[in-house]
Amino acid sequence: MSMSRRIPTPARLGYSFNWVGRVGLAIILFWAVIAIIGPGITPYPPGEMADWDYFGPISEKFWMGSDYLGRDILSRVIMGARYTVGIALAAVALACTGGVILGMIAAVIGGWFDTILSRLLDAFNGIPHLLFGLVVVAAVGSSIPVLILTLAAMYLPGSYRFARALAVNVNTMDFVTVARARGERFGHIILREIFPNILGPVLADLGLRFVFIVLVLSGLSFLGLGVQPPNADWGALVRENIEGLSLGAPAVIFPSIAIASLTISVNMFIDNLPTRIRDRTE
Amino acid sequence: MTQSLVSVRDLKIGAKTDSGREVAIINGVSFDIAPGEIVALIGESGSGKTTIALSLMGHTRTGCAIHDGHIRIGTHDVTAMTERQRAGLRGTEVSYVPQSAAAAFNPSKRIMDQVVEITAIHDLMPRSKAEEKARGLFRALALPDPDTIGDRYPHQVSGGQLQRLSAAMALIGDPQLVIFDEPTTALDVTTQIEVLRAFRSVMDKGGMAGVYVSHDLAVVAQIADRIIVLRGGVVQEEGTTEQILTAPAHPYTRELLDAFEPVPHVPAPQVQAARPILQVDNLCAGYGVIRNGEPTAKVLQNVSLRLERGRNLGVIGESGSGKSTLARAIAGILPAYRGKMMLDGKELKPDLRHRTKDELRRTQIVFQLADTALNPAQSIETILARPLTFYHGMRGAERAGRVVELLDMVHLPAALRHRLPQELSGGQKQRVNLARALAAGPELILCDEITSALDTVVAAAILDLLKELQRELGLSYLFISHDLSTVEAICDEVLVMLKGRVVEALPAARMSADATHPYSRLLISSIPKLDTGWLKGLEQDPDLLAQFTNR
Repeated sequence: MSMSRRIPTPARLGYSFNWVGRVGLAIILFWAVIAIIGPGITPYPPGEMADWDYFGPISEKFWMGSDYLGRDILSRVIMGARYTVGIALAAVALACTGGVILGMIAAVIGGWFDTILSRLLDAFNGIPHLLFGLVVVAAVGSSIPVLILTLAAMYLPGSYRFARALAVNVNTMDFVTVARARGERFGHIILREIFPNILGPVLADLGLRFVFIVLVLSGLSFLGLGVQPPNADWGALVRENIEGLSLGAPAVIFPSIAIASLTISVNMFIDNLPTRIRDRTE
Repeated sequence: MTQSLVSVRDLKIGAKTDSGREVAIINGVSFDIAPGEIVALIGESGSGKTTIALSLMGHTRTGCAIHDGHIRIGTHDVTAMTERQRAGLRGTEVSYVPQSAAAAFNPSKRIMDQVVEITAIHDLMPRSKAEEKARGLFRALALPDPDTIGDRYPHQVSGGQLQRLSAAMALIGDPQLVIFDEPTTALDVTTQIEVLRAFRSVMDKGGMAGVYVSHDLAVVAQIADRIIVLRGGVVQEEGTTEQILTAPAHPYTRELLDAFEPVPHVPAPQVQAARPILQVDNLCAGYGVIRNGEPTAKVLQNVSLRLERGRNLGVIGESGSGKSTLARAIAGILPAYRGKMMLDGKELKPDLRHRTKDELRRTQIVFQLADTALNPAQSIETILARPLTFYHGMRGAERAGRVVELLDMVHLPAALRHRLPQELSGGQKQRVNLARALAAGPELILCDEITSALDTVVAAAILDLLKELQRELGLSYLFISHDLSTVEAICDEVLVMLKGRVVEALPAARMSADATHPYSRLLISSIPKLDTGWLKGLEQDPDLLAQFTNR
């Protein structure tokens, strides 16, 4: 009894957190843990050709089969988690932070600043994503920081547009006018008055953008610009084993399941964040 | 005894909160409506008046459900019907006139298409006959150009006209019962008269029964035969309009009536201050692109006023008269492009960004809609603490203590400080709104329609609070309102505004006697009185109306 009281469950903290959100969070945490402890638990080095056969079936030795070179898929998925979860999360965090901050600034300042910044980012958005990635990576070479920054730059304009549209609406509310009439500085208006009121939709947008980044990252890897061999992110694992599909090889199925489980769980979690239980009469 | 048209027996409606608790909204209400009779449901917000009115159509708002009781309309047992059968009832037997006609019309369809929609849905008559009938209704509702108004889009007619058009929409299916849900609350007083008159004549001619939902006793007195007073989902009193107005039996009804009669304002003893707290000379302000130093849309034109310390100045006018713009220009939110403002003898810069922190502190503005004026993401404590930190540099326990004091000043319990704005009632929100202004320690408060969105009883309580605060803190108010009785209750002097200009300045106590400008007289005569014969006996010069109102 006293034991159970000490465990801070959501309900005891005054939050309701439905099971869909809990499942989403559990899967995200699972992949995060895999990404961190990955190198310690791979049965084989990710680059070693361990199987004599290619596109091998599920067996006791190879839990997820083997790939087109006879490498262990389980080891490669585990190592790929680092790249996919790490690069995509870092890139989406950068893109959304930058986009949201610029969007709020543009909405509050308005006028010329808003027009120029919006048109600039629109023009930038006009460059096809993969083409832009190709040029940048070809120019500076492929490394993880370059990948993160490139992906963030691709997705920043969209996030900016989204946040600006929301912030423009909040900016016309009376409570913002009251803050302005009080003489509040710019930073307070943006961070305290506007940001908390656009947070919900911005998080939903972040979830969606994360999925796109995972997909583009795999596209870059396919072109040889992403994660360099022998390592591979999940998208690259799907691409390099795509021929196995006609042979019924598990090599292409498991990386796909990994991508699906991560992206779906991110969206499940963000759509079902813990909400504070509020009741008028209490 | 004749069979009643509508009978409601022991109606119970409830809802479930997000923590799974059952809440009763309507608690055993019973009443009858005779054919051709208009019954008013009156009460403050949350009394369940709209919920009852909607339940007559078998409809409940999302989350609510009819738990018990019977509703019968004519020969139909509404509570026992399936949803499909109820849909057949709506529009032909029972119809609904919403509060905001502007929100009820589809902006992308012509008015005629929307008015005759009911006849098409229920397959009542061919389109040409329906249009003929609609034009007849437009004529009966005294709409201008009845033959062509149907070809316009909703944004091409005025608010009062749109409200009458929504009545035409409700009447086209020849219903036996029409539900009016606060149809004139959002309208100006001079427009309200026109709409009420049109409703009255159409209902008298058609012999239909009506349910009129309102919180305004004076409006109800003009149109209803019988009044049902509600509070907390329970009937408090039921009686004929005459009896409720002249001999109310229930204490709550008396409270409602008392709230309607403004307590005459006793002016504070004149403080011999050398300078007025606020002086405004020839102020001009407007919106839009600025060319040659003047904005394209000029709103305020040469407005001058003078407010002595400890006194209250009222500003009245209809929507579009520029009264809110005046408050914004004084607060510096909308910089004036010409004219001079003096706060306590010192000149105020037009743009608030050029004013000092102390000048900003001394003038505070309180907005009409407390819903949008309080940040929905911050707790009441955070909202009240911010001006304390900002202007006075308070922190920690000192600030927390002051927040409790402020809540106490506006008569709210200290426990409320942990709540979010959405968890408060309308009156509570407006008190928090006021407390935030007080937190700055102001000398002048600009009140922009602060009681307009509130029920009569709640508004009266806010006015009492304002007077009490004035006595204790020596405040001065600039009180903007379209409601003359509230202005009368709190102000010493009143400015009447029309199209951005001050047309007349009057002492508040002798407003109706001293008014000389025709527009002031028109405005004052348009205020509904608590008298059933007021609307019938009201004579207004049609030329005057045409001159000053744009409908």
